[in-house]
Amino acid sequence: MSIRHALLALLSEGPKYGLQLREEFEARTGEVWPLNVGQVYTTLQRLERDSLVESDDDAEPGPQKGFRITAGGAEELAAWLRTPPDLSSPPRDELVIKVLIAVRLPGADVHEIIQVHRRHLVELMQQWTRLKEDEGDLDLGLALVVDAELYRLDSLVRWLDTADGRLKRAPAPARTAAPQIRRRTGVRR
Amino acid sequence: MSAALEMHGVSKTYLDGTDEVHALREVDLTVEPGRMVAVMGPSGSGKSTLLTIAGALETPTEGGVRIAGQTLAGMTRDDRARLRRRTIGYVFQDFNLLPGLTAAENVALPLELDGLAAGKARAAGLRVLDELGLADRASRFPDQLSGGERQRVAIARAVVGDRRLLLADEPTGALDSVNGEAVMRMILNACKGGVAAVVVTHDAQLASWADRVVFIRDGRLVDHTAPRPTPDTLLPR
Ligand SMILES: Nc1ncnc2c1ncn2[C@@H]1O[C@H](COP(=O)(O)OP(=O)(O)OP(=O)(O)O)[C@@H](O)[C@H]1O
Ligand SMILES: [Mg+2]
Repeated sequence: MSIRHALLALLSEGPKYGLQLREEFEARTGEVWPLNVGQVYTTLQRLERDSLVESDDDAEPGPQKGFRITAGGAEELAAWLRTPPDLSSPPRDELVIKVLIAVRLPGADVHEIIQVHRRHLVELMQQWTRLKEDEGDLDLGLALVVDAELYRLDSLVRWLDTADGRLKRAPAPARTAAPQIRRRTGVRR
Repeated sequence: MSAALEMHGVSKTYLDGTDEVHALREVDLTVEPGRMVAVMGPSGSGKSTLLTIAGALETPTEGGVRIAGQTLAGMTRDDRARLRRRTIGYVFQDFNLLPGLTAAENVALPLELDGLAAGKARAAGLRVLDELGLADRASRFPDQLSGGERQRVAIARAVVGDRRLLLADEPTGALDSVNGEAVMRMILNACKGGVAAVVVTHDAQLASWADRVVFIRDGRLVDHTAPRPTPDTLLPR
């Protein structure tokens, strides 16, 4: 989450005070990402150093100090919005690693291990879905965050389902013997 | 009050030539009024079999089923048919609307079959369609409706009258996420009115609308989620 760019976005609506920025940031992210005042002021200082925002020169640092976005800041924000996040290499997903290890581990019941994780993910999804129940009361920012979270968890459940099916179909030896060892000893099937 | 659905030690074995197919093995499942249970599991794990037995469309090979306090075993065919019309709403995966009847007539049909006067049945049907936002589609035939609208009509037909148990097999079929969510909201609303629901799905997002999710594998219920906690636990502080 780029606090830097989130603050630029808030300032592009007009000049604001630091405390106000923090409140508005939390409100718009559905209060899912809390932000402390320190983070806000350090980020604002760096933005000012980089000439992306300007402050009231005369005011003391603190709640009464107002900030506005510069032309450079507006450009930076527009460029950032269009820059794709780095999704090119797979993240080191702990869940994937656990299943990969379980597959090779003698005596591990990989289907049971998969089910433990599947249940946990579905329980998390139930909690997020509950937030959607009263649609009328749901803040737009929070609704978008909830959707994103549900899709992320759902993709993991789908991966577990697919892995479960793939492992069920896989011949037993492929699941236990390490491939390198087989290659080295020259065993062919 | 008795549970809307109780299944005790239910097994179902089909004969495929000389081979036995164990579609369900010793299933125990209780659903209280007002609760929604989702059944998740891979293809062929026995989800539809479970639902058809819960809906008195099939009889178990072993075990017992009670619906709204009535034991199915030993019931006459007529009693069973009445139970299906009056107490159970069933949403089939392929909707199962009658093509020659309008949306309103499809919804009113179970009430009419149950002996309610045509006018009253129609009025009740229109009321439900209205609740589901389909008042202006009431006189259309199924082939004049979109997939999402057909699905909502099928749900209207399953909740019309005084049903106690709503059974839905992949009720969102091939619907997009918006319509899928609308369908789950409808089922949830029925539950808030005291109906018990069992929803079969392979989709975790839909299952997560349920109070409890049970997992089925090779005909056995192998796991279930913990009781649903409050949403506050997710948000910081
Ligand atoms: N009438 C039947 N005769 C023989 N076998 C049957 C019959 N009905 C179902 N089966 C078998 O029972 C098992 C469970 O089938 P069921 O339809 O309940 O699965 P399902 O979980 O609903 O699958 P899907 O997700 O594909 O709909 C399968 O192996 C199926 O082939
Ligand atoms: Mg099925």
